[in-house]
Amino acid sequence: MAKITRKEFLAQDIVLLEIEAKRIASNAQVGQFVVLMPYETSERIPISLHNWDQIRGTIQIVFQIVGRTTSELSTLDVGDYIYTLLGPLGKPLELAEYGKVVCVGGGLGIPPIYNIAKGLKEKGNEVISIIGARTASLLILEELIREASDELITCTDDGSYGRKGFVTEALRDLLNTTKIDLVIAIGPVPMMEAVANLTRPMGIKTIVSLNPIMLDATGMCGVCRVKVGGQIKFACVDGPKFDGHEVDFADLRRRLAMYKEEEAKALEEWKARI
Amino acid sequence: MEGKDIERRIPIGERPPEERIKDFEEVCLGYTKEEAIAEAKRCLTCSRPLCVEGCPVGINIPAFISYIKEGNFPQALEEIKKKNLLPSICGRVCPSEYQCESKCVLGKIGAPIAIGALERAASDYGEENHLCEGNSPSHSVGRVAVIGSGPAGLTCAAELARSNIEVVVFEALHEFGGVLSYGIPSFRLPRRIIQKQIETLKAMGVKLEKNILVGRTIPFRDLLMKEKFQAVFIATGAGLPQLLGINGENLEGVYSANEYLTRVNLMRADQFPRYGTPIKRGKRVAVIGGGNVAIDAARVALRLSAEEVYIVYRRTEEEMPARRVEIEHAKEEGIKFLYLLSPIEIKGNGEKELVCKRMALLDERDASGRRKVRETEEIFNLKADVIIIAIGQKPNPLIPSLEPTLRRGKEGEIIVDEEMRTSLEAVWAGGDIASGAATVIMAMGMAKKAAESIKRYLGVT
Repeated sequence: MAKITRKEFLAQDIVLLEIEAKRIASNAQVGQFVVLMPYETSERIPISLHNWDQIRGTIQIVFQIVGRTTSELSTLDVGDYIYTLLGPLGKPLELAEYGKVVCVGGGLGIPPIYNIAKGLKEKGNEVISIIGARTASLLILEELIREASDELITCTDDGSYGRKGFVTEALRDLLNTTKIDLVIAIGPVPMMEAVANLTRPMGIKTIVSLNPIMLDATGMCGVCRVKVGGQIKFACVDGPKFDGHEVDFADLRRRLAMYKEEEAKALEEWKARI
Repeated sequence: MEGKDIERRIPIGERPPEERIKDFEEVCLGYTKEEAIAEAKRCLTCSRPLCVEGCPVGINIPAFISYIKEGNFPQALEEIKKKNLLPSICGRVCPSEYQCESKCVLGKIGAPIAIGALERAASDYGEENHLCEGNSPSHSVGRVAVIGSGPAGLTCAAELARSNIEVVVFEALHEFGGVLSYGIPSFRLPRRIIQKQIETLKAMGVKLEKNILVGRTIPFRDLLMKEKFQAVFIATGAGLPQLLGINGENLEGVYSANEYLTRVNLMRADQFPRYGTPIKRGKRVAVIGGGNVAIDAARVALRLSAEEVYIVYRRTEEEMPARRVEIEHAKEEGIKFLYLLSPIEIKGNGEKELVCKRMALLDERDASGRRKVRETEEIFNLKADVIIIAIGQKPNPLIPSLEPTLRRGKEGEIIVDEEMRTSLEAVWAGGDIASGAATVIMAMGMAKKAAESIKRYLGVT
């Protein structure tokens, strides 16, 4: 059981939760995630860590209310307890001196980009962040990301804020004018795939963070298996970060869609119940 | 008891197949008190009992059976508990037919004594009147961390707690029991039995903490340094599922047995959508493998209303590592067994096709004494919408991968000496993490050995 200490709507249906989790906060590293179950009857779902505070013993996560489990999570308020919280999970991102790094965050990829940009900048890298969303109201955490980066480019698909267009377009322009040593992309699968396709011919190392379905998230069930470089990897323990040029995105998309019907049914049942 | 009667075992009550495949309630009903007493009376109480040699934890079997003969179930349970603190679990899942029962002299003239069923009877009836004998340690004489709450972890914790050692058990999942909870279905081991064993441990003063993945939530080294444990017992099991490495393995509806079983046993997907975790309920289900896990998965599929369930095994029934009684149960329930087939590809989507090569049985035997097989050119196709891969598990790699100085074997198992000590000072390991995938009772045997060694290390006698 983990107590919620802060709850904030960052946008319509996008919620930031701060949770008391002393041990996770003490041992969290850049690029890791947690698995949680809002209630005893819930699914276990993975959510990236956005931020943590070792001294206060708290962690922060950001999620969008889309299906059953995130709807359940959104019903919990400050003072309520999350039934199960496990973390920090996954291999941390190696914080090295890469040089000039671009951190690309799309939609719900923005929160985890925060700790990565911050970690890389503290390590002495020059960090340029590109964040994007469908529209201005969904472009979250801009000020935090700006603080964590040397430079920030914002984009919206509809042009309501910042550059008009996808983050990949902003990235392309940047790559055409500047020598970049590393790209890190987190966001929807099509976005990460587009980034990987863009950087592949340029030979720029690109790390993506994969979000397959998970169950135990400790390496035991294999549901999160992804194809990377022709090999099967478990995203929960071998990842979630992988070389974007080696990831089989089509396979990932198929596996993510596996329970679409069931997910709709689960949400419906829950809505009818409350 | 005279003449032919001594050759015959008192039958053990089971629910009829047509009834039991509709739910997840226990299949085996166990003996009534009267039946248990009658079965116990067949025991010859050998002066040099061979059955004890067959028990990995050395229970004084004739002694506990003698108490059952007198109808003294609490005393029988006390006798078992001297060596085994999880009798209600072992009485259900121990492959006793290959262990104690295989050594019973009655086996030469008829059926050996049903030791497993009597152990269960002792645990079922022995605690009726005095629940959970708790003896919280008054003063602690040492502090030990146990990683994993499966059979090895629980056994080691119990043994240490009995000697007034403070024990903290860390579990990564949200329920205790390890493989007992996520792996073994409730129709073989009801959840209340696991729950009761956990409660007993708590009453003995053992602390259990869930949702802690040692290596991540607590760095392994912190246990000895920051958290001030004097010794650590690693019992993280063999959780890493083996896959076939064939095309189509990532298709929708293709599961590792671990995933399939975890969805149901731990996450209650059988009660979807009230419980949020879904599972594909196939009409035709194929399970690849021949061990207990394969049989468990097949029987779960049946209970999720599959119309046809197949076990696809590369050798023949004789070579199957699964318990005989479970193979029989599966057959009674209508599961079909296909032998000498080795999958090479999974085709299609939704309705899939498992493409197999027909194998030929050779006279030659492998190291385990089982007959070897070789591939033939013949292809066999099996239609199935759900395919479950149950070809084994390997030791959990997390802690060894984060501790490069912890010596590991070829299969990823942690190397231990005869006292279950690892290559690291003050660190022991036991159960499947040290042996690769084995049985509950083997894990318990190792855990007991480790506990003895830890006690010596701490200077506790």
